[in-house]
Amino acid sequence: MADDKKRMYLAIESGESAQPFRWSAGTYGSKFLTEIRDNKKFWGIKCPECGRVYVPIRSVCGPCYREMTELVPVSDEGTLITFSVVSFGFVDPSTGLQRPVPYGYAVIQLDGADSYLIHFIDETDPEKMKAGMRVRAVFEEDGKRTGSMMDIKHFELIRE
Amino acid sequence: MEPVAIVGVGMTEVKRERAADTVADLVFEACTKALADSGMGIDDIDIVLTGSNDFFDGRTISSMAVMDACGSYDKNVSTVEGDGTFGAAHAVMRVLAGWGTCLYCVHHKGSESVMPLITNAMFDPLYERFLGIEAVTASALQARAYMDRYGVTEQQCAAVSVKNHGNARLNPVAQMPLEITVDDVMASPYLADPIKLLDCGPISDGASAVVIASADRAKDVSGRPVWVKGIGYSCDAFHLGDRDLSKVDALQAAAKKAYGDAGITDPSGQVDLAEVNDAFSYMELMSLEGLGFCERGGAGALTESGATALGGKLPVNASGGCISSNPVLVTGLNSIIECVLQVRGDAGDHQVEGVGTAVAQGVNGPCGQSQCVWVLGGDA
Repeated sequence: MADDKKRMYLAIESGESAQPFRWSAGTYGSKFLTEIRDNKKFWGIKCPECGRVYVPIRSVCGPCYREMTELVPVSDEGTLITFSVVSFGFVDPSTGLQRPVPYGYAVIQLDGADSYLIHFIDETDPEKMKAGMRVRAVFEEDGKRTGSMMDIKHFELIRE
Repeated sequence: MEPVAIVGVGMTEVKRERAADTVADLVFEACTKALADSGMGIDDIDIVLTGSNDFFDGRTISSMAVMDACGSYDKNVSTVEGDGTFGAAHAVMRVLAGWGTCLYCVHHKGSESVMPLITNAMFDPLYERFLGIEAVTASALQARAYMDRYGVTEQQCAAVSVKNHGNARLNPVAQMPLEITVDDVMASPYLADPIKLLDCGPISDGASAVVIASADRAKDVSGRPVWVKGIGYSCDAFHLGDRDLSKVDALQAAAKKAYGDAGITDPSGQVDLAEVNDAFSYMELMSLEGLGFCERGGAGALTESGATALGGKLPVNASGGCISSNPVLVTGLNSIIECVLQVRGDAGDHQVEGVGTAVAQGVNGPCGQSQCVWVLGGDA
């Protein structure tokens, strides 16, 4: 704001006002997130036409345009498909806090699923990650899970 | 496809912050230039189409804020939220419907919002948004998947940045003309590996407009019409996790349709110039492969060979591309406009000799979810 006094062209600030939303998780989203919260379990849903298993669960197979209803359990372990180590600071929109950098993102294929999940990975050295490595979910501790994807703290590389 | 022509084009200069101009000011400047280029006045326009994005603008129904600036009074008006290639395709449809001549404008002021927050909001709020994932980090996942699959190197991606920033030095509307080397790009800081600062398009402000007319009307205009030979679009899955990010299926499908319209069977042999999406350097490589200019995984070597440089066999992003000027949504229309100028021979210092057929590509959604391909040519 102070800067604007010196500027030839003025600007109007929106200020700190928020635009709150409340997104329905729906039937399947509620099931998916509740199972993570209560049982630390992942579920997928299978297309009756192509047989693909989708995670997270949702009602439509996009390519086949068929309704899906068959829930199938999938593992909390899987395979690293690709990854990135993020180095730039960014205010987390869900908390308003800046996440400490660096941190890792991973694209993960859970055992039993055909689609991928994107989440944090607990490794920040890209040299130590490689597509095909095995990973497992690390859940938030009992009593602290709220029914959101944040109930998974991150995935970790399974080092054997 | 019935003949439809682009008969006028207008671009504002693209800058990091156009503090002297509201979005309406930018739209008015672009529309005024496009009308002047076509030799038409606003009374010759029947249809007005605008392109904008409510989140970027921080306005509900953001298109309404520019209706005065694009001369929409008493006209057939509509809006398209996505990239300029998609909006311009709707403009072509309205002309083909027989509703008259169309003025299409699209604007973007990246300077007015916080870019990572806006691009984070394109991801699913239930399953992806909480990660803080946004355009740069999602693209980093795609870059890694693509580079690992085909053995593409960071240096090959850097060569795209060097080439396009160099081309921008010859384009008076470009934001970031730079004389840099592959070593400079490699030495720039990682934002999200393998993407470094100089692999990324900037935050930009700008607007552009075109006048699109049927063959009958195109005969009467003062400028040289450039003809729409083909348009194709295709869309891939919304959830990043539903896609193999190293693939370019949607682009290949869009290109097949556009090339089919235009009678192109050998893109490398029949296309003289391409303006493709290079918001991140690796994207130009994936775009070239998806458009069929080389085998999958071959675009890095093609770039290093100099074939896509201004003097090469297939100049790519002669304008400097989105990596040099990145007004989101406007970028696709700027690709079309660059093709128009090149076909007309009006591209100035970055004019390529003898451009008869040019290809423009635009994208919507994260990591090229939705793709639009245009083929433009000098003959009806």
